Amino acid sequence: MVEIEIDGKTLQVAEGSTIIEAAHQLGTYIPHFCYHKKLSIAANCRMCLVQVEKAPKPMPACATIVTNGMKVFTHSDLAVKAQKAVMEFLLINHPLDCPICDQGGECQLQDLAVGYGESASQYEEEKRVVPDKDLGPLVSTDMTRCINCTRCIRFTAEIAGFMELGQSYRGERAEVMPFIGKTVDTELSGNIIDLCPVGALTSKPFRFSARTWELSRRKSVSPHDGLGSNLIVQTKHDKVMRVLPLENEEINECWLTDKERFSYQGLNSVERLTKPMVKQGGEWKEVAWNVALDYAAHALRDVAKTHGGAAIGGLVSPHATLEEMYLAQKLLRGLGSESIDFRLRHSDFSADAKRKGIPWLGMKIADIGGLDRVLVVGSFLRKDHPLVAQRLRQAAKRGAKVSVLHSADDDLLIKLQARAIAAPSQMPAVLAQIVKAVCQIKGVASDSTFAGVTVSAEAQAIAQSLASGNNTGILLGNFAQQHPQAASLHALGGQLAAALGGGFGFLGEAANSVGGYVAKAVPASSGLNAAAMIKDPRQAYVVVAAEPELDCADGAQALAALRQAAVTVVLTSFKSQAMLDYAAVLLPVSPFSETSGTFINTEGRVQSFYAAAKPLGETRPAWKVLRVLGNLLDLSGFDFNTSEDVRAEVLRGQPDFVAGLDNGISGVALNLSASVGGLERVADVPIHFADPLVRRSTALQQAADSAAPTARMNAVTLAKLGVAANDKVKVGAGATASVTLPAQLDAGLPDGVIRIAAAHVDTLALGAMSSILSVEKV
Amino acid sequence: MALIDTINPLLTTGWAKGDAGWSLKDYEARGGYKQLRRVLESKMTPDDLIAEIKKSVLRGRGGAGFPTGLKWSFMPKAAPEKYVVCNTDEGEPGTFKDRDLLRFDPHSTIEGMIIAAYAVGAKRGYNYIHGEIFEIYQRFEEALDQARAAGYLGSNILGSDFSFDLFAHHGWGAYICGEETGLLESIEGKKGQPRYKPPFPANFGLYGKPTTINNTETFAAIPFILGMGGEAYLGLGKPNNGGTKLFSVSGHVNRPGNYEVPMGTPFAKLLEMAGGMRGGRKLKAVIPGGSSAPVLPADVMMECTMDYDSIAKAGSMLGSGAVIVMDETVCMVKALERLSYFYFEESCGQCTPCREGSGWLYRVVHRIEHGQGRPEDLDLLNRVTDNMMGKTICALAAAAAFPVRSFIKHFKTEFEYHIENKKCLIDPEVQRMGSGFFKAGAA
Repeated sequence: MVEIEIDGKTLQVAEGSTIIEAAHQLGTYIPHFCYHKKLSIAANCRMCLVQVEKAPKPMPACATIVTNGMKVFTHSDLAVKAQKAVMEFLLINHPLDCPICDQGGECQLQDLAVGYGESASQYEEEKRVVPDKDLGPLVSTDMTRCINCTRCIRFTAEIAGFMELGQSYRGERAEVMPFIGKTVDTELSGNIIDLCPVGALTSKPFRFSARTWELSRRKSVSPHDGLGSNLIVQTKHDKVMRVLPLENEEINECWLTDKERFSYQGLNSVERLTKPMVKQGGEWKEVAWNVALDYAAHALRDVAKTHGGAAIGGLVSPHATLEEMYLAQKLLRGLGSESIDFRLRHSDFSADAKRKGIPWLGMKIADIGGLDRVLVVGSFLRKDHPLVAQRLRQAAKRGAKVSVLHSADDDLLIKLQARAIAAPSQMPAVLAQIVKAVCQIKGVASDSTFAGVTVSAEAQAIAQSLASGNNTGILLGNFAQQHPQAASLHALGGQLAAALGGGFGFLGEAANSVGGYVAKAVPASSGLNAAAMIKDPRQAYVVVAAEPELDCADGAQALAALRQAAVTVVLTSFKSQAMLDYAAVLLPVSPFSETSGTFINTEGRVQSFYAAAKPLGETRPAWKVLRVLGNLLDLSGFDFNTSEDVRAEVLRGQPDFVAGLDNGISGVALNLSASVGGLERVADVPIHFADPLVRRSTALQQAADSAAPTARMNAVTLAKLGVAANDKVKVGAGATASVTLPAQLDAGLPDGVIRIAAAHVDTLALGAMSSILSVEKV
Repeated sequence: MALIDTINPLLTTGWAKGDAGWSLKDYEARGGYKQLRRVLESKMTPDDLIAEIKKSVLRGRGGAGFPTGLKWSFMPKAAPEKYVVCNTDEGEPGTFKDRDLLRFDPHSTIEGMIIAAYAVGAKRGYNYIHGEIFEIYQRFEEALDQARAAGYLGSNILGSDFSFDLFAHHGWGAYICGEETGLLESIEGKKGQPRYKPPFPANFGLYGKPTTINNTETFAAIPFILGMGGEAYLGLGKPNNGGTKLFSVSGHVNRPGNYEVPMGTPFAKLLEMAGGMRGGRKLKAVIPGGSSAPVLPADVMMECTMDYDSIAKAGSMLGSGAVIVMDETVCMVKALERLSYFYFEESCGQCTPCREGSGWLYRVVHRIEHGQGRPEDLDLLNRVTDNMMGKTICALAAAAAFPVRSFIKHFKTEFEYHIENKKCLIDPEVQRMGSGFFKAGAA
């Protein structure tokens, strides 16, 4: 610690702190533009110049390291003169078009100009004009406003991991621009809008649609991935206009993924269902709520009476709220069915009776950055959990060694220590090799099943890296959780963590991947899980907030099951052609922005939120709809007045973190010699197709990450099939199903593997996410 | 043919044969690489070597005049990876001494760099050569090949256990890459922009490793200093201003060129060596240390001696030793306009005051020169320069400000005349004659 004095106030600060950090500790604001606590120091805007005793010149507070006894004056004549000088320079070439600038009202330059600018400029020469740039569908540019602080450049290079922006030309002609002909395609691109201290980078979807001071602000929680990023949802006349991050250092820091930032467009989609609809005689009719609810209640009761409650299946989106999940399972169980599930994309449920508790991250999200050795198993990490990837990226820069076991070698923009890329069927075997190698290094006994396991060089390298750490983490991603041998991967991951004495957990697939278990939206032993109730079609289905054809592990099978059902009651915010085809009743329910509710994130954190806007049209919060359905069916325990009542019943109190989280598992029979013949499918869920809301964001659908699916194979596989990149190929699943896609070379895939994205209408016909496919040239 | 007229020639001794005397065998014949051999064979300790350089009071020849021995002693001893870098990014208008050093005697720089590397414990070095003197870069590459073939570079130099590799790197002509940290960024393949200091290159230099970076002339002086001894070298000049210095004399003199003179030589003597004023015209002003040094009027300049301290006392800087001589035919507003344009063009754009201020200065001076000046412009220029100086990462903002302030300070009446009468105080015909004479005289 060193002792310094700022404006006469003495304080102790950590050695190596900068003046601006020290001032922050004291609550003293020093004006700045280029400085940002999460980015490297550029010291180029010069706005934070302060006076330091004995220094002949004003010093930049952002870059000057404090020394013992240092005396800093942030408001002395010298400091203020320097700050005003910089402000004058910043404004001479700034267009001062605040009245037509989206940043107006929340502009750092505008705010600071009030304090440090003059009312009139002495600059009477011609002003600079800078051509705008095309950064893609999300970020709009007005580069003449740019003050060259380079925050956006540093963000892409340091946080997003790839320098997609740079500064070209010199001096007054310096321009921030992307690579020629390229856009900014990172999944975190929207953050440069927040970082831009002026109106040079603004939100393209939000552009010119409202002034910031017209917007109401509501705290909320992201309904997408398992992190539960904190949001500020901004509305005007009950329409969501914009979503911004709410800073939470423990979860999303000050960032948001593009998915979380721009998915709100889906809330205003033309596909929003605003009135209850009932299919009568093959015709869809908009009806009053009481009619629709009566219809649904009667239909479900009839099926239960005629075929027994077990004939009804419940499919709940993992993006639904805790309250919705809880009432949905209560409804199903009230009707006599145990078949309820939210794990729609899973394919291996054999761990169900063997699990010790609710699978979770196994640590706090914030702890990820402190790990020194990490193995990520089965994860399209950058797209499935962009902010976890970001944390690991920073950890790797601090010296953490990150390794990967996966079926694809996508560039994570993280410096990897080691990697093992194996076909899906081989993943348990490779993980077993790693476990065995670690046990050998650590000198502990390994599972007897591993006797015949030969450790490959890749597995050995990963094991060696892991074994050399003091704080290891084994993280299983979406692909591992959706894997047909998920239970084996789970068990092996646990063994590996035990041998290392480190952390082990799952990267939650969706906003409520933990909440689903807490809400008991999983089948009891007598019921059917998500896959089984599709494979073994039911007479009736209750679907909550999901589009099973796109959200289930086998969309084609789900579609067939729903179509054959006598009754399908769908609680949904959107209507689609598929729904109109298979449903009997469509009940318009609120998306996250129009209802109160709770998500329990992957670290078990309970995050409740209020509605940010009034429900659109006749939409109603799903928990209310389910409650009324329960009432109409005369089920007991449906007397809730508020969503808080529901939450209180589920959580029995208001804990910050839920109890019962445990990744322990026992009694899994490991099958390590699972060799499958044929071309194995690797299915990723593209970032902008993962749930019904994001699929309807028009801007995100134009982003680079939303490219149409292709059939990706490595060179060996392509050659073996006699196919060249860009050839059209017919990809077949089973005897009849097939789709035609362009072949694409993906050098990061193992041999004998074809990667085709799921959750997309173009590939729906292929069915299961994990399957054996055939390929022929068209 | 190199134009040589020196007092006690030292660094320029090898220039006598012009382009015919640069190669390794010529250099060796002049006693080249003897000092390197002596250092290695006698196993001189780096500390002794640095002490010798300190004794010479050799001050950095790039412009800042920082004591070289002191700079070397800042290098952390224990660091496993260190670099020496030579700054031949000679971009300052008026300066052309490093160009000729590498053209006529590249091996003295190479030898100096090897010795420096030995002193600071570097295994690798780079010479960053200005992009607009490509043929010099090619010559230096040739010289490097010769030195490598002769075993002066590479592993186990001259049978010792000291190994050092040296590479040439040519820039693309950006003035800002002559700023040492901008130069390091440029070698690293990044946009040439100065880094915020501290940390200084001695701690965080090329690729983040400890780096000693010196000017070409500084390195070239090393073998000569070791040859005659530090104290003798100091004795050539005057106290605190050791040795000889190359001056690039340009402008309205009869024989523009590089002149090596002992530190402390009177300016009048230097002017005389350069053949005196063209056409016997009257001296009007001199920029004594490259375009960023404040201009000095004739009477002040004629009283100066050519060393760091004397020029500083007169209110300017010795800088890199580029002496720009202007006679009475020069319009000072027009001269300043050209200088201001240079800094406007060469600002890297990183820091706000320089990026915005250099353009503002140029535009206002341009207006004045073109008859659109306003009475308040001179105060405005002074205020803008005041706001630029000392508020940026590197000294380019100050370099842009100094000429403006000094031109206005010493030649205010000319500026006022311009503003009031919307034309030059110096008759355009006289100006044309001055520049015409320049051409005729050069033939």
